[in-house]
Order: sequence, then structure tokens, then C-alpha cells
Amino acid sequence: MSTLTVARSSQGPRYRGWVVPIVGIAVWWLAASQGFSDSGLLVSPGKVAVTAWEQVSSGQFWRAISASLARDLSGFFIGTTLGLVLGCLLGFSRLFERLVGPSFNTFKQISLFAWIPLISVWFGLGDVAKVVFLSLAALVPVVVNTCDGLRSVSPALLEVAKVYGFTRWQTIVGVMLPAALPSIFTGIYLALVYSWLATIGAEYLLVSGEGIGNALIDGSEHFMMDLVLFGMIVIGLVGWALNVLARRLERRMQRLYGILPR
Amino acid sequence: MARANAPALDAQSLPAKKRATIERLPAAPVRAPRRVPHAHTAKTAWRSRALNGALPWLLPLALLGLWYLGTERGWLSEQVLPPPAFVYQTLGDLITSGDLWLNASASLQRVLVGFLIGSSLGIGLGLAMGLSKTIEDYLLPTFNALVQIPVLGWMPFALLLFGIGEPLKYVLIAHAALVPVTLCTLQAFHEVPKRLLEVGRAYGFSQRQIVTDIVLPSAVAPIFTGLRLGFTKAWLSLVVVELLASSEGLGYLIAYGRQLFQLDLVMAAVVVVGTVGLLIDRGFEFIERRLNKGRTTTTRSLA
Repeated sequence: MSTLTVARSSQGPRYRGWVVPIVGIAVWWLAASQGFSDSGLLVSPGKVAVTAWEQVSSGQFWRAISASLARDLSGFFIGTTLGLVLGCLLGFSRLFERLVGPSFNTFKQISLFAWIPLISVWFGLGDVAKVVFLSLAALVPVVVNTCDGLRSVSPALLEVAKVYGFTRWQTIVGVMLPAALPSIFTGIYLALVYSWLATIGAEYLLVSGEGIGNALIDGSEHFMMDLVLFGMIVIGLVGWALNVLARRLERRMQRLYGILPR
Repeated sequence: MARANAPALDAQSLPAKKRATIERLPAAPVRAPRRVPHAHTAKTAWRSRALNGALPWLLPLALLGLWYLGTERGWLSEQVLPPPAFVYQTLGDLITSGDLWLNASASLQRVLVGFLIGSSLGIGLGLAMGLSKTIEDYLLPTFNALVQIPVLGWMPFALLLFGIGEPLKYVLIAHAALVPVTLCTLQAFHEVPKRLLEVGRAYGFSQRQIVTDIVLPSAVAPIFTGLRLGFTKAWLSLVVVELLASSEGLGYLIAYGRQLFQLDLVMAAVVVVGTVGLLIDRGFEFIERRLNKGRTTTTRSLA
């Protein structure tokens, strides 16, 4: 479920990247229009476009996507905030790390979705349960990366701080936090990605209310392949947009803190 | 130290009249412990190590105690939080009745088949794209675009195409494993140490020699990282797939317990899922650490 990608390495002609998708869509179109299969599942790309237009113009799409995004972002903010606090405590205090670290490492091994049944019994099927689940999804990468970042501050920097007689507070604010920022950003970036995955998962497994995941389930239950494909495309696009947005923000923050050259 | 401090404390708390006699006591014991530093430090070292080892258990034990107290005192109803003893008993029942074995083996079989298909395809795809820039140019953008759709997004699509049977589970688990394996394999090819390549070229290696003697050996460890990630993802999606569509397996056990409101069954199954996942992950990590000895991997950041 990793949505991270590897960048292209070569400088080959750009058009090559478009060949496979275009050929794929052309084959799909041909197959649908020639009626290779009469299963009703082979809908034409045109039909998908029509469904997409209907969804967008009737406002159904906007309701679904705004409900999903609102959930996604609130879960993301709660989870990230808690994650930063917990990660800092784990990173700064040896005692706290000994106390909580091993428990947390065991906890994060439990497959995230295994929590859904427990959450549904404790918090119901509504938005509260979904936001709790999303916060959980966002919390884990933030904690791991914040703690790692603080732990791996180079000893040389810490020695300099000691030589200059920094107080503990000065060392934390002036040395450790800036040095750990890239890692903390990675955590937040991952949290954004994971919470979008978890949004879909939550809408899927805690079925109630509106959302883009519910639209997908509707399509699947009514054998409407066009709706399913439209939902998949939207999920992919939103995931991609969040990805790009997070990367931009990360860059900007890094520049702000002078980690990257301008 | 305790003996040395005792008179001082007494002196403060006692009435003034008696203080004079007590103050005359020799102050020597203050230094007494320092005379045997060796035995003493060894003892405290042992004690602090024991304390250090005990610290991680405090939080789980406290939570367990709170859980026990909460159910015992009736703060929460049994339906919302079954008592720990009940969960333990259910776990024991699952083991003795053989249900656990049946479901766990179904799950393990699914995850193994799916993982094998997915990771071999992933390594193949990664190798192809890593070795040939042309193939990479054609395939990578499409691959990167498709990767944006998570496994759960594919699920309704696959459900319509393959129905609810075993193939659906294999396909989804294989897909989950394929993505990180492909990405890590490709990344491994991009990150072959430049210096090694230069040495190879300086020695007049042929293209084939560079690949077999330099690129592949240096890619082994990152590819293994990919395999580990792939297995984690495969295990994660196994649970999801079984929660949604199955009639046996650990995920089914969770879903079944939820439907019957048997939270003890849910919790027992979650514990099993967590333990199996943890054990497998530790196994992979052990092998990975051996492979990674003395080298740094940047593929780790893909996790």
C-alpha cells in the first residue's frame, strides 16, 4: 500500500511514458465497442466518462469527496499532533523511551485494520470511529520518524553544543529539533499518505454515511463497473494530489529552515 | 548511606533536650560505603540493569491491571470490554479446539502464495526496468500512476472481476507485495555505488560483467528490504481482504467475532494476528541485518 514512487532515472524521450496508457485505453475501447465479452462488466471508457460527468454535475461527487477529505484531514491533524508529542517524548527522554518504546513497537506491529472491529464496538460506525481510526493511522509514522530523527542527531553537533555551554533547553531548540526536521517532515508526509489510505479503509469497513469509499461499495454492490472505475480514478488522483502537496510543503519548510539551498 | 543519614534525621525530629547526646555520635559511617567501591558498584550496576530490564514491562502491566480492574469493578460492561481472563480462555479454547490452527493455516497459505506471486513478479519487473532504460521509460510512469491507487481501491474492481473466491485474495495480496518489491528493486539499481562502477569501467569490464559482478551483488540487500516491506504489506492486506470477504482465516475470525459481539474472540484473533506478523517481521529483520552488515541502505526510506 505504499504510494511512494521512484523517479525516472534516464533522460529518454518523454513520449514513451504515454505509450502504455494510450495503448491500454485504445485496447479497452476496442474491446468494449466490439463486444468481446457480454458480461456487462466490460464498460467502455465513454461510459465511465458519462458516469463521471453525471456524478460531478449532480453534486453527489462533491458531497462524497468533501466528506472524505474532511475526515481525512481531521484524523490527520489529530494523529500528527499526538504523534509529534509522543515522538518528542520518546526522542528526548531515555526513561520514557524505556518505559513506552517497546510497548509502542509491539503495538505498531499489529496490522492497522485489525483495530477496526474493536473501534467499531467502542465508538460505533459514525464519524467519531473513523476519525479515531485515521488518527491511529497517522500517528504511527509520525512517532517513528520523529523519534528516529531526534535519536540520530549527529554526536558532533551535540558536542559543539556542550562545548558552548548550551543549556538542555537550548540544545533541544537550537540543535536537536532543527537537525531532526527532515526526518519529522518525512513522518508527517507519510502520515498524510497513510491517512488517505485509511480513509478509504474506514469508509469501506465502517459502512455508514457518505464518502468516496461508500460510492465504490455502492458501485460494486450494484455491479456498476463504471462507478467503480470512476471511484478508483478519483482515489488515485486525490492520493496523488496529496502526495504532491505534501512534497511541496516539505520543500518549502526545508528551505525556510535552511536545510535545502535556495 | 542509610545508616549515616539516620542519626541526622533523628536529631532534627527529636526534642532539643535529647539532641546533645545524639550529636556526639561519631560521624564516621558517612564514609563507610566508599571503602568497598568494587562490590558496591557491581551490585548497583546489576540492580540498575535489572531495573532497566523491568521498565518496558511496567506500561503493559499497568494497562493490564487497569483493564482487569475496569472489568472487575464493572466500569465497563463485558460486551464493550471482556475481562482479560476471558480473552485468555477464548485463546486457549481456540488452540485446543484446533480452530486457531485451521484459520491460521488458511491465512498463512494465502499470504505465502500471494507473496510468492507478487514478489517474483515484482523482482522481475524491477529487474527489467533496472536493466533497461527503454523498458523503464515505457513502463515506469504508468506503474507510478497505478501505484497511487491503494489495494483497497482495487478491491471493488477485483471483486467484480474475480468474484469472492480464493483468486481474489491471491490477486490482492500479490498486488500489495508487488509494489514495494518492484520499487525497492528498481531503487537498488539506481543506487549502485558510483565508485564501484568506475572501478569496473577502469578495469575494462564488459556490460555483462558490470551487471553480474557489481550491480547485482550490491542490489541484494536493498531487494531484500523490498521483500520485507512487501511481506508486511501482504500481511496487512490479508487481514483487510479476510475482514471483507472470506469464510475462514484470521481476519474472518475477527469479522465473525465482531458480528456476534464476541469481543473476546476479536481480541484473541487480534493478538494472534499481531504475534504472527511480529514473528515473521523479526525473522526478516534478522536476515536483513546479516545482509546489511557494514553498509547503509537508502532504500529504507521507502518504508
